[in-house]
Amino acid sequence: MTPFRELLSRELAIAWKDGSSIGVALGFYLIVITMLPLGLGPDLNLLARIAPGLLWVALLLSALLSLGRLFESDLEDGSLEVFATGPLPLEAVAAVKSLAHWLTTGLPLALLAPALGLLLNLPPEAYTVLVATMLIGTPAISFVGGIGAALTLRTRRGGLLLALLMLPLFVPTLIFGISAISAALTNSEAYGPSLLILAAISLASVALAPVATGAALRLQLQ
Amino acid sequence: MQTLTQRLANPTHFMALSARLLPWLAAAAGILIAIGLYLALFVAPPDYQQGQTAKIMYVHVPSAWLAMFGYTVVAASSFGLLVFRHPLADVSAKAAAPIGAVFTGLCLLTGMLWGKPMWGAFWVWDPRLTSVLILFLLYLGLIALRSSIEDESLAGKLTAVLALVGIAIIPVIKFSVDWNSLHQPASITRLGSPAIHTSLLWPLLVMTLGMLLLFTSLHLKAMRNEILRRRVKALRIVRADAGAIMAQQSAG
Repeated sequence: MTPFRELLSRELAIAWKDGSSIGVALGFYLIVITMLPLGLGPDLNLLARIAPGLLWVALLLSALLSLGRLFESDLEDGSLEVFATGPLPLEAVAAVKSLAHWLTTGLPLALLAPALGLLLNLPPEAYTVLVATMLIGTPAISFVGGIGAALTLRTRRGGLLLALLMLPLFVPTLIFGISAISAALTNSEAYGPSLLILAAISLASVALAPVATGAALRLQLQ
Repeated sequence: MQTLTQRLANPTHFMALSARLLPWLAAAAGILIAIGLYLALFVAPPDYQQGQTAKIMYVHVPSAWLAMFGYTVVAASSFGLLVFRHPLADVSAKAAAPIGAVFTGLCLLTGMLWGKPMWGAFWVWDPRLTSVLILFLLYLGLIALRSSIEDESLAGKLTAVLALVGIAIIPVIKFSVDWNSLHQPASITRLGSPAIHTSLLWPLLVMTLGMLLLFTSLHLKAMRNEILRRRVKALRIVRADAGAIMAQQSAG
């Protein structure tokens, strides 16, 4: 096995055996979506209209929950220093960690979203686009979020700081994700451009964000 | 033989040069802002639709430009720190972030005061406003990240990484929120002649120059304070060490 796949299977095994971070993210997503109609009132038309935005914002918040701990345990038990001296450059380590975060958080959240869409009376024609935007958009959250996780590794109150640093950077993902779903609701063919831009943002994040994450990790280990 | 930038980047030279420049810059800023405000409030004609309210422009537009200029200074300094590893670049980035944040806040505040009589609301979720608000949040993020890491050298470098990530993503944010805007398009920096009359343009240019000099004076002053603070800190550490050695000797 190559070091890349070895590290990935290690990350997935840890996430699978621990299990709590996936559960907490999914549970938080469910709770937020349950609380919102209680606060807004049970008007089904209103809920259907704002469902894309609610689903996306709640997904961002749920993904942020586990991002803060992306490198924390590796720093504590010294694995990070082993990675730094290992065969993979830290940029590749960052990419694997972000990929594992996406597989264990972004992907399950995106797959849970249509079930929560039912609770919000999301119109049936929007489900395919909803899942498509989330599958395409969530890699950007995991990879850009990796930068924030690496930057806030040694800070006090890292979780709150991470939200302040990262939420502005998630704005483009959020806007194009929601605009694709809204376009699909009004005119079934018009969601193409937003979806393509969302894909471009995700691909750029996958390619570029590990460089910044790797640089930040290297500074943290000096 | 040192190059000019190398000589300027030496903190001792910087302190000497900035001490000589600062009074002149600050005085020029004060005079230009006074002239600009006089021209704006008493000489420039009121707008035929907006009346006297349009005069908020003379503070609003320079603040908006300086908000972006400030981030450019932070990002350029961060680049200098990460690539050339010079401590003065870190001092510059640290000093510029709060000043840029204040000008961004001033831009938002004057914009809100202008928006209430013109658009009927203090805040509308318009692309221009949203992207400036996000710029403000980025500034806050830079300040918060720096203040939450105890090791100053590490804090400087990590904040520099964040500043560079921010400058890569600002165009994307700008583009993403840029649909049909309620805010007017650029009317001065466009190709060809400006779209506003010279009687309005002159006070604006004077105000912009004055506020740019104000930014520069504040930035230089903040950099000087930061350098002095670091020297005091270094002296304190030396004195504490010396005190510890003395105590050991007298005890032994």
